[in-house]
Amino acid sequence: MTTTSVPKTSPRTSRPVTLSPKRPRRKGSVLLTVLTAVMAIYSLFPLVWLLINSTKTQEGLFSSFGLWFDDGKFAFFSNIADTFTYNDGIFTRWLLNTLLYVVVGAGGATFLALLGGYGLAKFDFVGKKAVFAIVIGAVAVPPTALAVPTFLMFSKMGLTNTPWAVIIPSLISPFGLYLMWTFAAQAVPTEMLEAARVDGAGEFRTLFRLSVPLLMPGLITTLLFTMVATMNNYFLPLIMLKDPDWYPLTVGLNSWNAQAATAGGEAVFNLVITGSLITVVLLLAAFLSLQRYWQSGLAAGSVKE
Amino acid sequence: MSRFIKVAAAASAAVLALAACGGGGDDSSSTGSSGGGATVTDAQVEAALQKGGTLTVWAWEPTLKDVVTKFQQKYPTVKVDLVNAGTGDKQYTALQNAIAAGKGVPDVGQIEYYALPQFAIGKALTDLNSYGAEALKADFNPGPWNSVNSGGGVYGLPMDSGPMALFYNKEVFDKHKIEVPKTWTEYLEAARKLHKADPKAYITNDTGDAGLTTSLIWQAGGKPYQVDGTNVTINFNDAGSQEFVKVWQTLISEKLLAPISSWSDQWFQGMGNGSIATVATGAWMPANFVTSAPAGKGKWRAAELPQWTAGANASAENGGSALSIMEKGANKELAYGFLKYANDGDGVQVRVDGGAFPATSKTLADPKWLGDEFEYFGGQKANEIFAKSAQNVVTGWSYLPFQVYSNSVFNDTVGKAYVSNTTLADGLKAWQDQSAKYGNEQGFTVK
Amino acid sequence: MAVPLAAAPPATRRARRSYRGWQFVGPFMIVFALVFLAPIVYAIYLSLYRNRLIGGNAFVGLDNYTQALQDPQFWSGVGRVGLFLVVQVPIMLFLALLVALALDSGRLYGKSFFRVSIFLPYAVPAVVAALMWGFIYGSQFGLIGNLNDALGITLPDPLKPSLILASIGNITTWTFVGYNMLIFYSALQVVPKSLYESAAIDGAGQVRIIRSIKLPAIRGALVIATIFSIIGSFQLFNEPAILRNLAPNAITTYFTPNFYAYSLTFSGQQINYSAAIAVVMAVITMIVAYVVQLRGTKDL
Repeated sequence: MTTTSVPKTSPRTSRPVTLSPKRPRRKGSVLLTVLTAVMAIYSLFPLVWLLINSTKTQEGLFSSFGLWFDDGKFAFFSNIADTFTYNDGIFTRWLLNTLLYVVVGAGGATFLALLGGYGLAKFDFVGKKAVFAIVIGAVAVPPTALAVPTFLMFSKMGLTNTPWAVIIPSLISPFGLYLMWTFAAQAVPTEMLEAARVDGAGEFRTLFRLSVPLLMPGLITTLLFTMVATMNNYFLPLIMLKDPDWYPLTVGLNSWNAQAATAGGEAVFNLVITGSLITVVLLLAAFLSLQRYWQSGLAAGSVKE
Repeated sequence: MSRFIKVAAAASAAVLALAACGGGGDDSSSTGSSGGGATVTDAQVEAALQKGGTLTVWAWEPTLKDVVTKFQQKYPTVKVDLVNAGTGDKQYTALQNAIAAGKGVPDVGQIEYYALPQFAIGKALTDLNSYGAEALKADFNPGPWNSVNSGGGVYGLPMDSGPMALFYNKEVFDKHKIEVPKTWTEYLEAARKLHKADPKAYITNDTGDAGLTTSLIWQAGGKPYQVDGTNVTINFNDAGSQEFVKVWQTLISEKLLAPISSWSDQWFQGMGNGSIATVATGAWMPANFVTSAPAGKGKWRAAELPQWTAGANASAENGGSALSIMEKGANKELAYGFLKYANDGDGVQVRVDGGAFPATSKTLADPKWLGDEFEYFGGQKANEIFAKSAQNVVTGWSYLPFQVYSNSVFNDTVGKAYVSNTTLADGLKAWQDQSAKYGNEQGFTVK
Repeated sequence: MAVPLAAAPPATRRARRSYRGWQFVGPFMIVFALVFLAPIVYAIYLSLYRNRLIGGNAFVGLDNYTQALQDPQFWSGVGRVGLFLVVQVPIMLFLALLVALALDSGRLYGKSFFRVSIFLPYAVPAVVAALMWGFIYGSQFGLIGNLNDALGITLPDPLKPSLILASIGNITTWTFVGYNMLIFYSALQVVPKSLYESAAIDGAGQVRIIRSIKLPAIRGALVIATIFSIIGSFQLFNEPAILRNLAPNAITTYFTPNFYAYSLTFSGQQINYSAAIAVVMAVITMIVAYVVQLRGTKDL
């Protein structure tokens, strides 16, 4: 199945390559940079809106042009202060909840995906083909239709309205599993594992000592995806949680957004926007701190030559 | 492996639970101290309040928070857990889920009038007649009181109401020398005049709103829904509905309605900057003007709703909700004690002070309340208009016992009239058919 | 589970090995069974019943499926996501691949800036995406309206029924180009650089290296991204849900099959029928995904 699509390291690799010291660093291409920049502008343009509007008051949001600042008032800092103090500072609570869900949920999901993907890529075992079919089949079921059955089950197990109701479902990332599968098939040489076995190393020891460094780029990618997925998870927490003290940011910000549309409700779009900006900035920070590991895996990969 | 078995066991247990509560007609053996038919006296309710306990209340109404604080001061042994489980449909979904799971059902839930019959017929709510609620009839305005009555039972105490009024931007009207319309025909004229004078300005926004449509048909004397137990008639061919269609079709055809959905930020913007000149809606709106369209402060005024027949004074309700006691809730006497406090007792004033629009007749006759000057409306005593509207709500209206579904497909059907060549009449017919189909599938007899 | 491996006699080696992989896959599959399989089994069970407001719950066999197969609203949704799949997915994956190759080429100035900025849209929470696109697509006071005023033109309303699918496609592309780019990029990262160098020494140009080394090397990632994009298209939900608040008449409650399943469950309390719709849709998705996967791996 999918594993077969991973090319075996072609014989050409074994051809000895002399890393000539005078190999020139490839020069940057202006044309390529400009083309990519177009794509970046497309990507960032709506975010500029987010940034600009986080500087406006609730009143300013509706009386000034969307892509420029509200002249006179620069409410960025007061918005941030208000976001953290509104409703007795519940935003901080939501932030910490989200952190908990991300660390445990996304961390756990990445770990399970690493184990599973590695197992699928490097072992031949009974029922292996069924795993692929079952996971793809299950993922193909529209999730909205599964929300109520899941809720009823979790309710029976006493998990609703607890952090577990959010964490347990986030532990599964089918996409992460496939990603780790292809990465492991590609980046971990089977001969290396055989050699480790001959040396008498345990399977898990081999995985964490030898294979994980090779899998770093894939691991980081999976972690990023599961983090974003957990952070943006809205539908299931909405159904599972009733107590605002357990809300993640998404559900919390949505409830702030929705309150404008109720009789007598207070509109706090400025706080919704600022809160979202904070969420995006957090993810940005996570991304930046993780991205250097993309390189480290590479370096390890070259050991093989 | 044992974990998997546990999961499978949990799953099948859940299946059984759903099957068990699936029967709409089964009697609930799980009810608390008050069985069906048993009459609970005020003394028993008072005793429950003194004894204390914990109450879970699901509501999104913002002023309830203060009510709960005051309530707990008065009854220190009672702890009220006020949970915002979502607004409108989101909360109904949560309620329905909890009921299906048989677990985590609150004691008290906020339910909008349009959704109340659906919960009542699904046996999710307690009939308050056994608590002597009938005696409170005179305390409430007829419109909301009628709304909590369903099939002979009283399924909640009215919390807020939405007698309709026309809110208009006086500055815009004055600028273009437009008179405040007294009839919907004049309204149409005003719409033409305004849009001609300023092509960026519209008399109002509308992208198809089930609540507004039904309210205006209600005002016009239409009674498209007739409900007698499980026998339901839907008919948008009656005179009232036709009145509405005539005017609204013209507004649509001549492109006099701003293509902006209510509650979107373009809407708030339009109300602030004068390009949406009027909003016909419930009397709960002023508080929303203040926070959501602050730029319009001082420019807007309230007026009586335009009439379908010149010289008449008919009105209708738009929005509003009740607090109901859930059939599967635990402590019903205590819950009733809270309901009475919040919606009939001291809680009413707390909510009125917080800017809510009440459903109690006493408040509407209160000279102090009537004399309130609204800063947003340039000092206008708008409550006088709202109180009058509350008294003139046309009687005899009822919603479908599956209005939540029906409203959800409004834009699938009637909405076509706003974006294509489909006429409003055809749209309403499609809405009628789709609703009837659903009703029949759900076991009603719909004609 | 942890059988000492070295001590086992050679005769059992084969059998032992055939289960060893489960130590790794097992934990995933246990949680998977809880959060995916159990609800699916439950949903299949539900799909055989019909619970009504009046009259209660009854076993109806395959009636819900018969109804689904003849439901024009359901099939209109399937057609819509099919069209979406055929048009949007190739555009999105193509753009993602181009950016990933550009990043990997080592010839970009400000590579890490591009990498993060193109990924960032995926991180934007749906609640603010709704506000953002509401502004951009707004033909009265939004960006479209502003452009019309400033330039004295009349741009077509992106929220009108004939354009709504394209507008949704734009949001989806915006959100997921970075996502797919990252998959391709990280797949390219594990291709040993020495491969290119040897090819370069053999005189191969950039295009040639891309075609004969890079693309084959990330084929696994390409197939996966495609399969998950197919599933994503068939389950299109978030973007229409966001725009529905702004264009309620252009986006029906049965706009996509997933949206239909949602409306049935949450507005109509038709959990049973919704489950049947979900099962039918899952079968369709699996067939398409399987065919694509077969094609994707055919000539290896």
